[in-house]
Amino acid sequence: MSVNRREFLKIGAAGIMIGAFPGIAFASNELIPKKGQRVVVVGAGFGGATAAKYIRMWSGQKIEVVLVERNTNFVSCPMSNTVLGGTRTISDLTGNYTTLQKKYGVNLVQGEVTAIDPDKKTVMLANGHLSYDRLIIAPGIDFMFDRVEGLSAKVADESIPHAWKAGAQTTMLRKQLEAMPNGGTFVMSIPAAPYRCPPGPYERSCQVASYFKAHKPKSKVIILDANADITSKKGLFTAAWKELYPGMVEYRNTSNVVEVDVASKTAKTETENIKADVLNILPPMKAGAVAGMAGVVGADGRWCAVDFLSYESKVHKNIHIIGDAVSSSLPKSGHMATAQAKICAAAVIEMLDGKQPDQAPTLSNTCYSMVSGNEAVHVANVFRFNAEKQAMVSADGGGVSKARSEAEGAYAASWLQNIMSDVLL
Amino acid sequence: MKINKRLISVMGCAVLLSLTTGCATRTVDKHARNMAGSCAACHGTNGHSVGGAPVLAGLDKTYFITQMKDFKSGARQATIMNKHAKGYSDEEFALLADFFAAQK
Ligand code: HEC
Repeated sequence: MSVNRREFLKIGAAGIMIGAFPGIAFASNELIPKKGQRVVVVGAGFGGATAAKYIRMWSGQKIEVVLVERNTNFVSCPMSNTVLGGTRTISDLTGNYTTLQKKYGVNLVQGEVTAIDPDKKTVMLANGHLSYDRLIIAPGIDFMFDRVEGLSAKVADESIPHAWKAGAQTTMLRKQLEAMPNGGTFVMSIPAAPYRCPPGPYERSCQVASYFKAHKPKSKVIILDANADITSKKGLFTAAWKELYPGMVEYRNTSNVVEVDVASKTAKTETENIKADVLNILPPMKAGAVAGMAGVVGADGRWCAVDFLSYESKVHKNIHIIGDAVSSSLPKSGHMATAQAKICAAAVIEMLDGKQPDQAPTLSNTCYSMVSGNEAVHVANVFRFNAEKQAMVSADGGGVSKARSEAEGAYAASWLQNIMSDVLL
Repeated sequence: MKINKRLISVMGCAVLLSLTTGCATRTVDKHARNMAGSCAACHGTNGHSVGGAPVLAGLDKTYFITQMKDFKSGARQATIMNKHAKGYSDEEFALLADFFAAQK
């Protein structure tokens, strides 16, 4: 692009002013000129990408949407435990944002948010800012490494992965399992609820056991669960352990890992030290850092309280929070994030038009868990807004599969195809 | 009642359509649309499934409602739809049936 003399002078002036009056120079640096009503969405995971697509779709492309994401690709966390089992690779779970831009006219900004100003209604990035009429943040989760002595983001990246965000750590954990000798021990920990994907850790134990059964049958899986009991699909997981992987999976409840010794891969609870060949620690979780920048984290320092009619923050007007970061009894899942994103998208469109959102939002959730290479189990619920409680309340009739089945394994694969296309295509 | 008003507006639209050719922008029931949003994880955007789960877009209304009622009562055995169907009322089945029947 050619820069004419006047613009060159402007840029020059702004450049000088950055040093002298950073605030003023900053204000002139709108990354994408705002032409009409605009929603900025921060975070392009299941929740954020869905909100971006549905605002464009349901507003008849009238509302501008800028989607800010730091990663180049979308990687599905749901089903990523199957990478450990060996039936999928990370590339099977990877998508991109091209269609959101081309078909729906979403403006994608790749970058990291550095600050949010709820009064000026701006989102700051390293190279400029974005103004919004309404902001939707879908920050996902961050890990509270400081709750486990010896653990850090660096340790997780290098040797003791959480692999609780699908990507490099998932592949690393799979490689560690492949390198482990037959007869080795895989130790994994589960933090106290609430955490992302309630049945996910138990599914993981099954996927690792499934790999061991085929390739390293003398090996063991030990689960150290900070919770007093299995938090999801208990009967189905215990049946899978007993019937599919007899003698291989050992479950220990009320076992909170408070420390790790990195060199010896030892997990320490309040009562015991357990040495592993491959160690997988899931630290306690909280809303992603962007929630902190927006100042919308609750008194617990972890999750964000919202109005369930619109997902607008209880702290700041015009800021909406969706997905795992929301404080509620709703399960923190991919399906739930997309379901909340749609209610939020619909509400934002109405509110920008000066109207009331849907007063009876109704949504549903399903979590499929793969308990072997080809069998799955589910938990499914419908949730309705309860005005008295100002909360989403589970409707009657939900629940879990009667038994694991291959039919559900096939539908779980179909679910992944459909949800990825609903989010990205 | 809400539901009646909605049905009347749909009927009004049909009458108008036959009399004039107006009613070009068929009003979407936004509550139904929002509710149907949760079905997309398994049935695709607006019911256009790209996987093994059935396509809902363009399903005949009567067929749709019958299936939902049968899922709810258990008359139709299924892997998962019994759980979902139990969460909705008959009035909501009708709203959802309208929404999906209108998807091309
Ligand atoms: C978790 C995945 C999932 C969700 C969510 C879901 N469905 Fe289904 N649906 C299925 C599957 C799988 C089948 C096939 C029957 C079975 O095994 O349950 C099905 C079958 C159906 C059928 C029968 C179609 C036919 O051709 O006979 C209808 C109608 C239907 N679903 C409607 C809905 C509606 C409406 C919603 C949302 C309110 C919904 N479904 C949500 C997975 C889902």
